[in-house]
Amino acid sequence: MREIAYYEAKFEALNEIMAADPTVHLINGTFLSLSPHRHVYQALAKKYSDRIMSPPISELGFCGLATGAAMAGLRPIVDISTGSFIFEGWPQVANEAANAFSMSGGQTRVPVVFHLFHGLRGGGAAQHSASPQAMLWNNPGLEIVLPSSPRDVKGLLKSATASDNPTIFVDHVQLLDLKGDVPENDTPIPLGVADVKRKGSDVTVIATSYMVQRCLEVAEKLVNDRINVEVVDPRTLVPFDMATLMTSVEKTGRVVIVDETHQSCGVAAEIAARIVETGFDKLKAPIRRVATLDVPVPYSPPLEDYIGPRKDRIMEAILAVLR
Amino acid sequence: MATDREKPTELVPLLRKMWLIRAFEEKVSALYAMREIMGLLHLGIGQEAVAVGTCSLLRADDYVFGGHRSHGHAIAKGADIKRLMAEIAGRATGYCGGKGGSMHIVALDAGFVTATGVVGGTIPLALGAAFAAKEKNKGQVAVVFFGDGAGQAGAFHESLNIASLWQLPVIFVCENNGYAEFTPLSSHTLIERLARHAETYKIPSATVDGNRVLEVRNAMSKAVQHARKGKGPAFVECLTHRLRGHYEGDPAKYRELSELAEWKEKDPIARFMRELKRRKAVSDKDIAAIESDARDLVEQAAQFALDSPWPASDEVASQVTA
Repeated sequence: MREIAYYEAKFEALNEIMAADPTVHLINGTFLSLSPHRHVYQALAKKYSDRIMSPPISELGFCGLATGAAMAGLRPIVDISTGSFIFEGWPQVANEAANAFSMSGGQTRVPVVFHLFHGLRGGGAAQHSASPQAMLWNNPGLEIVLPSSPRDVKGLLKSATASDNPTIFVDHVQLLDLKGDVPENDTPIPLGVADVKRKGSDVTVIATSYMVQRCLEVAEKLVNDRINVEVVDPRTLVPFDMATLMTSVEKTGRVVIVDETHQSCGVAAEIAARIVETGFDKLKAPIRRVATLDVPVPYSPPLEDYIGPRKDRIMEAILAVLR
Repeated sequence: MATDREKPTELVPLLRKMWLIRAFEEKVSALYAMREIMGLLHLGIGQEAVAVGTCSLLRADDYVFGGHRSHGHAIAKGADIKRLMAEIAGRATGYCGGKGGSMHIVALDAGFVTATGVVGGTIPLALGAAFAAKEKNKGQVAVVFFGDGAGQAGAFHESLNIASLWQLPVIFVCENNGYAEFTPLSSHTLIERLARHAETYKIPSATVDGNRVLEVRNAMSKAVQHARKGKGPAFVECLTHRLRGHYEGDPAKYRELSELAEWKEKDPIARFMRELKRRKAVSDKDIAAIESDARDLVEQAAQFALDSPWPASDEVASQVTA
């Protein structure tokens, strides 16, 4: 097995996607936010300069442009960059791209990817730290993908681009330097297949995006307390793999959901509701959510740290469902 | 493509198309009044010359985008009126299986890519189709119809800028009918001619009498040639007027009756009939036949629509994602 960094896996994917399909264009950004690894993008930009577009700061315009280009047969990947900026292009993403397939009675396919970085990034404050995936999950017609490992980012980016649906690719800057196994010539990871990131028997921790890594660390710490945590990563919200989740829930009967969207009507809320509706009788304790507190994200480091799904809150929730 | 050299008889199909649209929308209005069809309906009666003048110059593989008042645009581009009427009636046989309705017409087989219920919503989409056309390099163009109300939207300005910057083959067709929903343009902007915005973004533009189909066609001829040759976007502002309210049922109290009467005098179909008669392209008998043919076709479409089944409820969960 070959170990590479998350950002390298992501760029392998972009490189292979661009090489395999001449209808793929990259619109805006660097796909690495302000990461020091931005230089890797330059190699790509040089190689495919005719298919890498740098539009003005007009999210409404270029999200619509990408949507229209997808309607006309291209497969654009748009870098919204900071997730909060999707609000500037919202009418085109939520009201045009998402509705087109249904509204046209299946005539129109919109194979566009909107890529963004969500969540607490360190000093982003309220307008650069949004996790818009819960709002987008409430908007039928979009697929939503959240990678959490180098192997997943590569395999899921390929499937997101191959999808005929508008797909939101929700990334996290805190993952970019993570190292992990990525086999050479790995096959794409299909959308709608959850992944058990750590096997365990006492409690099911369902985590998304960067929270998967945080929960894996917490799980290791709890080994000393003889608590055996299973970590399940849905990997995509739409389509959603309920079966894998329920297999784990039926085994442990105890569930903690850790996710970085705000708590109210957040990703954790929807997952909890689905588990309760599907398998209330399998639960031995109430489900606990560890989400971002319902406040606009503050700037100051201790405040930002306080509102997020911190390790101590995750640990406390796990202990609570085990009581 | 130049319209000046055309024989008058070659222009008769334009009159047929305008009559087809007029007859279609009058039927929609009547069916709505009789509660045979429901829904939010925006009719473009009085604006037919813009749709027909524009689409008469387009290829089957050109991309057309519309707005909430787009029955005429879809028909002008070649949409099947039976499936269109069925869609407006919410039937399973409609273009969108009854999921789109009047404001969200999609007739991909005719190159009518989509309408939208959102003012200005398709302007960036047309930009994207033009971007794809440029990549495919087959001389296709994208055309987007929108009203004067869209000229104050951010999507309009962002799109004009990008179209100009990237020299995309898109033609912006502004149907300036003087009213943004219920409000005269003068209450929304100090810019009286929306083509002025095109100048700002260095896009060649023209403002024409939108109730004269040949004037629209002439301006569009230049615009389409310009875009097809890879010279970038063009903007045509057509001054026109809708003879109905903003939506069916709108009492339109914001409009003086004298203004409406003035525009009725300028009815694009009556005007064009007079012109074709003057140029000896049609007789009174021909004109009567053109109108009655259109009404017959529309009757058949209405019958087809009303005889069609409603969509099955279990269809609703299909086609959410591909």
